[in-house]
Formats: sequence, C-alpha cells, structure tokens
Amino acid sequence: MDGLNSLSISEARDRLRAGEITSMKLTQACLAAAEEAETLNAVVHPTPDLALEQARAADARLAKGRAPAMCGIPVGIKDLFCTAGVPSQAASGILAGFKPAYESTVTSRLFEAGAVMTGKLNMDEFAMGSSTETSVYGCTVNPWKSGDTALTPGGSSGGSAAAVAADLCLGATGTDTGGSIRQPAAFTGITGMKPTYGRVSRWGIIAFASSLDQAGPMTKSVRDAAIMLEAMSGHDPKDSTSADIPVPDFEGLLTGEIRGKTVGIPQEYRMDGMPAAIDDLWASGRSMLEDAGATLVDISLPHTKVALPAYYVVAPAEASSNLARYDGVRYGRRATLAQGDDIAAMYEKTRAEGFGDEVKRRVMIGTYVLSAGFYDAYYNHARKVRALIKKDFEDVFADGIDAILTPATPSAAFPLGQEFDDPVQMYLNDVFTVTVNLAGLPGISVPAGLDPDGLPLGLQLIGKPWEESELLDFALAIEDRAGFVAKPEKWW
Amino acid sequence: MSIDQDDARRVANLARIRVDEEDLPALASEFNAILGFIEQLREVDVTDVEPMTSVTPMRLKRREDRIAGGGIAEEVLANAPDAREGYFVVPKVVE
Repeated sequence: MDGLNSLSISEARDRLRAGEITSMKLTQACLAAAEEAETLNAVVHPTPDLALEQARAADARLAKGRAPAMCGIPVGIKDLFCTAGVPSQAASGILAGFKPAYESTVTSRLFEAGAVMTGKLNMDEFAMGSSTETSVYGCTVNPWKSGDTALTPGGSSGGSAAAVAADLCLGATGTDTGGSIRQPAAFTGITGMKPTYGRVSRWGIIAFASSLDQAGPMTKSVRDAAIMLEAMSGHDPKDSTSADIPVPDFEGLLTGEIRGKTVGIPQEYRMDGMPAAIDDLWASGRSMLEDAGATLVDISLPHTKVALPAYYVVAPAEASSNLARYDGVRYGRRATLAQGDDIAAMYEKTRAEGFGDEVKRRVMIGTYVLSAGFYDAYYNHARKVRALIKKDFEDVFADGIDAILTPATPSAAFPLGQEFDDPVQMYLNDVFTVTVNLAGLPGISVPAGLDPDGLPLGLQLIGKPWEESELLDFALAIEDRAGFVAKPEKWW
Repeated sequence: MSIDQDDARRVANLARIRVDEEDLPALASEFNAILGFIEQLREVDVTDVEPMTSVTPMRLKRREDRIAGGGIAEEVLANAPDAREGYFVVPKVVE
C-alpha cells in the first residue's frame, strides 16, 4: 500500500479535515520518504524539526475546524526562496552559509495558510539552467529512468519536480524565468504552473531576471495547482510589480468546462526534426480539447523564432545587474585574499570562486549587452522585439482565442551529463516556454502521455493575462482525458 | 560582430569576475556562439516599436515617504563574511 506521502494535496486536505489522518503522520511519511531518497539529491536542506513543529501547530488548527486548504500539507521549497533561519543559497557557492533573517512573501503566505515545509529543494544555480546540473549541490536525478540511464529532472526547478514526482512532498514551489517550472514538470510527469507576471510576489525570492521571474506551484494534479496557487498569490506592497487585483477562488471556480471555447494551435511551434512522440502528443492534446467541446483554430505567432534570442539578451542583462550584489561584503562567502589584495581583487576573486561557469557566462554576456556602445544595439532592440512577441499574443486573443496549446518541451527528459556542442544547444530546451515569460502570460504544463521509452511528456497551455482560472479549466480538461496515472517505479 | 580575447578580458573586468589568461580564448569562443545566436534579432524590424515595460498597463504604487523599518543592524550584519563594531569590513580602499 502506498504511504500517506503519495496523496495529492486535495486528497490529504479532505482527510485532514475529516480527522482521518493527522498532519504529523503525513509529515513524518514525507520526511521518511525524503530520507530514503537521498540518491535523488532533490532535498538539499531538510528541515525536519521545523516541519514537525509546523505539523503540530497545523493539527491544533485543524482540530479547531475551518482551517485553510493548505493547512497541514507538507511542501518542499525551492532553494531560491528566502526562508528565515534556513539556508537559502540559490544552489550557489557564493551564498554558502547564507541564512536569511526574513521570510519570502510566498513562504510567509504558505505558512500562514498552515503549510508545512519539509526542506529546501535543489535547482540550477541562480535558476540558470535546464537540467539542475549547474547546482553547487550536484545534480538532481529524475525518478523516471530510461533503462539504466540516469536522466535529468529538467531545470531549473528540478529538485522541486523530482521531489513531487517521487512523493517526497505533496507539492513544491518553483520559479519560472524561461520555462523553469513547466519544463521540469513535463520531464517528471507532474503539473507545473507559471502564473501571470505580477500574480505572485517576488519579494524574498533571490532575483535572476526580475521582469521575467514568477513563482508558481508544482503539484500532482491540476486541482492541487489551483489550491496551491491561491495560497501563494496576492498583492504585496513589498513587490512594486505585484498586481493589486483580487485573487479568485481558483479551486472553487475549477470545473474543466471548456465547451464553446476556442483554442489556438500556433503553426510556428511545429519545428523541423521534432520527435514523432512530441508531434503525436500534440495531436492527442488537440483531440482531447475537441472532445471537451472546444474549437481548434490554427493561429500564427510570427515572432516565435526570435523569442529565444530576445530572452538571451534580456535575461542575462537583468541577471548581470541583479547578481552584482554578490561581492563578498554583505552575505555569503568571500574569497581568501592575498597580502595586499585591494577591494577590486576581493570582488573579482570572490565572484570567480563563488559563481559556477554558467552563471559567470550569463553575467558576462549581460555585462556585454549592457556595456557602452551596445546597449541600444542589443538590450533596447531585444526589449522592442519583446513588445512584438507580446503583441502576437494580444492579436490572437483579440481575435477570439481563449487559450493556446503547444508541447511543453521539444523532447522527453535527456540523460544527465549529456554534452552540448555549445551553450546555445542547451538553451533550445526553452523554445516552447520562453515566449510566455517574455509576454508575461500564464502557462501550465500538464502530463499527457508517455514516449516510446516510457518517459512522461507534457502539454503546455497558455492563457490570457490574469485568466489563470480559465487556464486551469483547460488544463483539467486535458488531465481528465489524458488519464495520466503513471508513476516512476521506485528504484532509489 | 566577433569577440576577441581583449574584448573577453574587458567584459570579465567589467563584470568583476577574475578569468585566467589561458581561459580567455575559450571564453571568447563561447561569447561568439551566444552572440551569433542573438544576431538573429537584427532581422526584426523594430521601427516605431516602444520597448515593453509591463504585462498590462499598471501605474506604480506610491507610498508615504516615511521610515518603515530599520534598527536591525545586527540582523543586517549577521550574514557578513567580516563585520566588526556595527560595520561591514572590506580591504583598505583609501590610502
């Protein structure tokens, strides 16, 4: 029999409220599962003492009745979120030893709703990567396997994806700058949602590219995504880009009813050399939505091709600026200095030692595109291209499209340690997801099938700004029809 | 647009990241691969296009100009690699 840790959030919530189980038992089951799963390297800073204390408090609250949906639910938190008194280092060596004195808005909200934190989860360093291999803690291993080959869980929220897929927690927080929630969700057979930019506060989340970063839930079902998103969302005066608009009752509104709605199929997402399994998945997704009563329409998003290059100007530029704060003065590590080293040497040595190769590469590319003489040619040009990408979406929505269906990733999970000819090859992983960040739209990846090797594949749905509720209905329509129940066989 | 070793050295210096001389050629070649990829943007006509600033038009919130926090020097300094007597400590900057 499966343990309590394999429950979904909605199942656990119902059983907690009915008094059939306790948060203490549920939390202990998750902590035990995480302890057994060390080889996955998904949990990098376990917090069992805090978890048990929070579980005890949640049980007391549940006993009084009327507890929020997340009350007593064990969740994992991506290492990018600042958590008071708990190591928070964005999987970077430069933040070694950093323990924030404060709590991020997202984790504060989750804790206020009664959620239990079981630990901090692995990721690519500063969320820069698509495989969780740039982490200072070492890579996370996907619970799914192809034969004996160890696979990546994707990235950057790879630890969150692996932890949820392996039932080490009931849900996890992720962040998505170019696909970092949706791609790992697709690679591990779970649901991952990036809300509209501004829906969730970025305060206390270690910044990568501020105009693209958005946190969201990674869960075992669409219903769970609705529950967790609601707990994470809301206006925050401490994030000037957070939207001061009401948060809908996402779960209450969830019906999966999409009859009479129109779904766009963007022709530009048909790529040469796309694996047949991805093409088949996309076709089956179209059938599922038709079966649910939606009308499909071919659409064009003409600037899709230049989204990735625009992203690789805007994101590194913002990263170079955001990461300037890691200088060995206020937090994290400082390099050992030689006699007579001046302050510039301190900065240069600290950053050379503390940052990994991919982070250095992106900081330097960002520095280059922002440097005198190149700012207009690269950075401003990319921001204008970004406006055109956003307009592509606005045009199709204005033409009556309610949501857009695409594959979530160009392939299933790839082997760990796969060599890429150059950094650009790795960047192509984000080709289907990055447009959504550039336009600030909500997007969700839903597991919808297996490839011939038995690996999970995800479909992506893209919605209108602030219409997460409608988007979740489309996602539920897919989930109901895909009947995706496969789980990785436990080998760890 | 091609980046040579001198450009790579200059960028590393601007980014305050020490790069050994022998690593500069590889770095320059990586930059060239990435910048070559970015070059595709040039094909896009952006005449009369305003740079994107926000998802939906939003006016930045204003708040009263008053002190809202502070008095937590110890907490601020708690994570510093070197802090003494209420200050961050760095190598000498003034002779």
